[in-house]
Amino acid sequence: MRITILAFILLISTSTLFSQIKVYEKFDDFEKELLQPTNDDTLYVINFWATWCIPCVKELPYFEQLNQKYKNEKVKIILVSLDFTTEQVINFINKKNIKNEVVLLTDSKTNTWIEKVDSSWSGAIPITLFLKGKQKDFHEKDYHNLEELETDLLKLKTIK
Amino acid sequence: MMKNLMTIIALVFTTAINAQTGYKIGETATDFKLKGTDDKMHSLAEVKDAKGYIVIFTCNHCPFSKLYEDRIIALQTAYQGKGYPVIAINPNDPKANPDDSFELMKERAKEKGFNFWYLFDDGQKIYPQYGATKTPHVFLLDNNKVVKYIGAIDDNAKDPAAVEVKFLENAINALEAGEKIDPETTKAIGCGIKVVQ
Repeated sequence: MRITILAFILLISTSTLFSQIKVYEKFDDFEKELLQPTNDDTLYVINFWATWCIPCVKELPYFEQLNQKYKNEKVKIILVSLDFTTEQVINFINKKNIKNEVVLLTDSKTNTWIEKVDSSWSGAIPITLFLKGKQKDFHEKDYHNLEELETDLLKLKTIK
Repeated sequence: MMKNLMTIIALVFTTAINAQTGYKIGETATDFKLKGTDDKMHSLAEVKDAKGYIVIFTCNHCPFSKLYEDRIIALQTAYQGKGYPVIAINPNDPKANPDDSFELMKERAKEKGFNFWYLFDDGQKIYPQYGATKTPHVFLLDNNKVVKYIGAIDDNAKDPAAVEVKFLENAINALEAGEKIDPETTKAIGCGIKVVQ
């Protein structure tokens, strides 16, 4: 009996590994926390995606591989989902075993914030931002392998 | 020194403009001859006494397109009679997404009772000229096919009840009244147009 309970608790705790993700209802809060210039020399890789976006889903494994490859370096990957519900995202990241940090941005007033992410952004996803200190590199495209993604990462990473 | 600086600024500015593709406000859009879900070829020139054209790049598979289907039907109901027909174009290559095939376009049009032309950009020749990058993506043209408004239908894709600004309707009404359209461009999240790599 005790073992069953223990197993049950264990099951619950592992399956609820991703039961919570941070949700930003207002773009301003998201911007303050994730898009501001930083003083540290960490390189932030911020990818905008959604579970319904086919090219976005296709490129996610390269972000996972990037995370593995640079886990001992000052590289932080954040996957910003534009899905409609937290449930959709949580189910997806559990199923696909996504290890990168995922946040959800649900601010529906897109016309007010798309320009703030980058003035050249049309609104199509995926996009990827590379941020380091005051440096910013914006790409409206999808990646087809780890090398392509790494090439863009290294452009900013090598800047002191 | 000042002159040099101005030249540099002018140069940077021109480069930035050249980097953009597709139509800008005030440019004249191309006509087309594309097959509709009614199996007939259609063009803008075919519309009699048009005061303008509501060209919407949209498709079957995209969740944002689906969210706007009923609103596009309502737009056609409201504005076709006033001389502003909706013309929907699917810009996607079905090889990249089978859900956007011509056969499935026909099915979707029938299911939803589309009251507007739903055309297929076969060969993907038209959308790059317009500069559409995603679905849905609206281009409002006047009767001379001059681009008057580019962007979103309104300011809330997810919830029609929570819409505060109907960008497209405001633009059509301003065009009809001969007033200035404001804003002339807006941005919304959408599905990138699917091209075979």
